[in-house]
Amino acid sequence: MSAETQTLFVQHFWNDSNRTLDYYVKRMNGYESAKKVIATMTPDQVIEEVKKANIRGRGGAGFPMGMKWGFIPKNSEKPKYLVCNADESEPGTCKDRQIIRYTPHLLIEGLIIGSYAIGCHHSYVYIRGEYVREAELLNAAIEEAYKNGYLGKNVFGSGFDLDITVHRGAGAYICGEETGLLNSLEGKRGEPRVKPPFPAVSGAFSCPTAVNNVESIANVPHIIRLGGEEFAKLGKIDKSGGTRLISLSGHVNKPGVYEALAGSMTVRQIIEDFGGGVWKGKRLKAVIPGGSSSPVLTADEIDVVYDVEPLMKIGTMMGSAAVMVIDEDTDMVKLLLRITKFYAHESCGQCTPCREGCHWMESILHKILHGEAKPSDIDLLVDVAGNIGGKTLCALGDAAAMPVQSFVKKFRSEFEAYVKGQKSHA
Amino acid sequence: MEKHLSDRFYGAMSKLEPRYPNKKALILPALHQAQKEYGWLPKEVLAEVAEYIGVHEAQIREVASFYTMYNLKPVGKTHLKLCTNVACCLRGADDLMEYAEKKLGVKCGETTPDGLFTLSEEECLGACTTAPVMMANDEYVENLDIRALNELIEKVKHER
Repeated sequence: MSAETQTLFVQHFWNDSNRTLDYYVKRMNGYESAKKVIATMTPDQVIEEVKKANIRGRGGAGFPMGMKWGFIPKNSEKPKYLVCNADESEPGTCKDRQIIRYTPHLLIEGLIIGSYAIGCHHSYVYIRGEYVREAELLNAAIEEAYKNGYLGKNVFGSGFDLDITVHRGAGAYICGEETGLLNSLEGKRGEPRVKPPFPAVSGAFSCPTAVNNVESIANVPHIIRLGGEEFAKLGKIDKSGGTRLISLSGHVNKPGVYEALAGSMTVRQIIEDFGGGVWKGKRLKAVIPGGSSSPVLTADEIDVVYDVEPLMKIGTMMGSAAVMVIDEDTDMVKLLLRITKFYAHESCGQCTPCREGCHWMESILHKILHGEAKPSDIDLLVDVAGNIGGKTLCALGDAAAMPVQSFVKKFRSEFEAYVKGQKSHA
Repeated sequence: MEKHLSDRFYGAMSKLEPRYPNKKALILPALHQAQKEYGWLPKEVLAEVAEYIGVHEAQIREVASFYTMYNLKPVGKTHLKLCTNVACCLRGADDLMEYAEKKLGVKCGETTPDGLFTLSEEECLGACTTAPVMMANDEYVENLDIRALNELIEKVKHER
């Protein structure tokens, strides 16, 4: 396999038997990275290697993973926790589910290495409640690891102890936000916390905590195996190492979870080379590039390189790498109402701008769609969005505001057609 | 207090207890386990969970009401949860919902009079590349179309 086509994950995403320990050990150098780390490296060396790998968090914010681990205090009297965020719920995203279904041991090995690096002896995987079967599969793999001495007391006979517990959520988008997740883990409503203190100082059970996405953690064994520098080189763009799992959905011929070297493709190539183009021979209208909260792109903007910084430069974001493709027949007003309804439903209600604003935006969009709005309501909608973004404790407020602002900016004529009575909702 | 939850519930909980630094962290697992036994979470079950955890009943209700998966009302034998979020919506989820409402003779959010089905709208289920998607109780049904939906409903009806 040439370096140009190298993938770390997707070649294993096809057969149920690939999830066994046997497959993992025989076909994927299973647990060799963890053994090497514990036998020959200090925790600081592991963190250095992850820093060299230039891996950005795969959950949505894209924060450098090595730096996050580096924030965990070295000398803490309290226990330290590594919490894996498997609350995959940004609309469009479904890559972590594939990792758990087909390569659960990769995640477990990543947790062993990460726990060793930050000094954690009990790691929690917070998995969204709807992933009932995935939680069972993960628990089965954890059990296999315990039986073989890879977890529990004295991991690999090294004297290092580690337990892993899978904790199921119960249906709340906001628990993907790391402090909402920690509250939920502690048996509370999943309301995000005021920061600071950040989780690295006071996270799970008021102890120093690193929260990392499934894909981030599952990359760690690869980083150790390849070496941080080699992993970094997989990325074809500055500051982004490794590969990216891309959830491609919507109006394409071949939706699916694909993998590309970071920064090696444009949005157009993702749609055409991976997705086989827009379905039914239709023309492209728009693309939501990084989960439903990311600002929408028009068909003219898709020659952008698909990575964190190029997308940021044109005013949108890579988020969780969920690309949703929208064809020419789609009603953008109706679609925006659907997106806004989601954020209104999922707002936890703590911050007034988000709690009230999301419902106002939903209600204005409803009026527009049903021909009950005045032309000035379009500006009112944008004004409400502007009063949510940046004014809330967590990013849900921004997540709700950005689609509204970008849809209206880029597809304003569709909104105007409704308020001028040129178009009506069927 | 009369016990509603079985020894299985208490057995599962005592296995989990050592895995958390405090008992409060068992609230979500306890509610899942209780719902698994009971199908939904009536007031007396919430009270028993509260007693087990050692907190006021209001605290349990506060948590249970935050999360959509905890049923605070009874649900039908088969709970159909159709995702209508973006990716599913782009691939026909609205038509599926309309079909399900007609076929079952209930509106979204309601339970059929025979108690066989509850029909709900679900936010993103995290299976967007196989949209449209729904859950039938704990099972995902992916690449859903009207034919598959119809077959599933008929199958449940025949199994009653």
